[in-house]
Amino acid sequence: MYDFDWSSIPGALPFLWQGMKVSLGITAVAVAAGIAWGTVLAVMRLSSARAVSLFAAGYVGLFRSVPLVMVLLWFFLIVPSLLRDVLRLSHATDLRLASAMVAFALFEAAYYSEIIRAGIQSVSKGQRAAALALGMTPLQAMWHVVLPQAFRNMLPLLLTQAIILFQDTSLVYVSALADFFGAAYKVGDRDGRLVEMLLFAGAVYFVLCSAASWAVRLLRRRVLA
Amino acid sequence: MISVRDVYKSYGEVEVLAACSVDVRKGEVIVVCGPSGSGKSTLIKCINGLEPFERGQIVVDGVEVGRRGTNLSRLRARVGMVFQQFELFPHMKVIDNLTIAQVKVLGRSREEARRKALALLDRVGLREHADKHPGQLSGGQQQRVAIARSLALDPVCMLFDEPTSALDPEMINEVLDVMVGLARDGMTMVVVTHEMGFARKVASRVVFMDQGRIVEEAPTAEFFAQPKTDRARQFLSKVLHH
Repeated sequence: MYDFDWSSIPGALPFLWQGMKVSLGITAVAVAAGIAWGTVLAVMRLSSARAVSLFAAGYVGLFRSVPLVMVLLWFFLIVPSLLRDVLRLSHATDLRLASAMVAFALFEAAYYSEIIRAGIQSVSKGQRAAALALGMTPLQAMWHVVLPQAFRNMLPLLLTQAIILFQDTSLVYVSALADFFGAAYKVGDRDGRLVEMLLFAGAVYFVLCSAASWAVRLLRRRVLA
Repeated sequence: MISVRDVYKSYGEVEVLAACSVDVRKGEVIVVCGPSGSGKSTLIKCINGLEPFERGQIVVDGVEVGRRGTNLSRLRARVGMVFQQFELFPHMKVIDNLTIAQVKVLGRSREEARRKALALLDRVGLREHADKHPGQLSGGQQQRVAIARSLALDPVCMLFDEPTSALDPEMINEVLDVMVGLARDGMTMVVVTHEMGFARKVASRVVFMDQGRIVEEAPTAEFFAQPKTDRARQFLSKVLHH
């Protein structure tokens, strides 16, 4: 029988909290940027201009067919050196967090754009016609009339995707960036208590994500009511 | 004001409009009627460019609708349209439904737009509902708000696409009363409707459509007294009998 020893957890809490801040930071940036860029992609995808629509379809298809870990690795290998060259930064500058945020944002935008596209299509065509009939341009009709209703309809789905994204941020361990999962792994490895630390980290993810899912369910009921 | 010349439109093999021609002078009220699927709604949606058409020419207040390069948004801002399903924006208050296009399209100030909106809500008898959302209003009230929303842009003419078809019977008259008032004030109107009482009261001419064609066009009194075609006679006997 394995002998559990949880004693290294209390002392590691400040370090783990630093890691949690990294995880939440990546999640927040990726959700915000992913929704913004995903909205642009969704509108492009629905455009009547073929080239524009094909670009968006190609982008979404590409990112949805490639494992997230691989996208993250590409970005860790390419983006830091690229940014250093462009911005003339010294080699000491740590760009792992920035490149992780960019990678997640670009990757998640592909998923968000599909949710947002469905949301846009859930708004009745008559709404767009009415906006156009009032003299709005197609973009004004999208921005003032269609998107606000689309976002209200799809808010629960967007939040659920954010919860998945939060769990996926643990994949940044491939760059040795100390997010929550990475921090837990490091402490466990150092103290020889990997099993306990990973169980503890899993419990934290479980509690946070379950609570968030529960909140989304409440919200969904209120939105539908 | 509006000139429709020999307009054709088809969805694939199906011809929805064929050889449609009609002229509407300033201040005239034209009622377009006919069995469902006859192309009435499609025709008036062509007038403000919401529906494209393949052949023919439509000119509204000197602007050619079908020509490439025509600024359709600018034209539509001057042509009011009222829809069967009201199409108020449900995420905005009534007052904001009336001000948004004034501000975003015409560039009016918020105060000016609000003043105009309240005056129009007063006119359709709904001023006290300005801060409600459309979902809190009855169908008849929503349609009156929709008419006010169109009027807020000071249109040169108004298009009505079956404005009372989605309403409960007891709400039809409140909407028709607003439309009669508009007609009496000299608004140029093209109205797709089955409300023959309304046509009798204010229409100068009636256009009867069937299977995408304008089958008959006559001054109102003449159309009701002696329709020239069998199809118009049949249609009238069906809609007038109750």
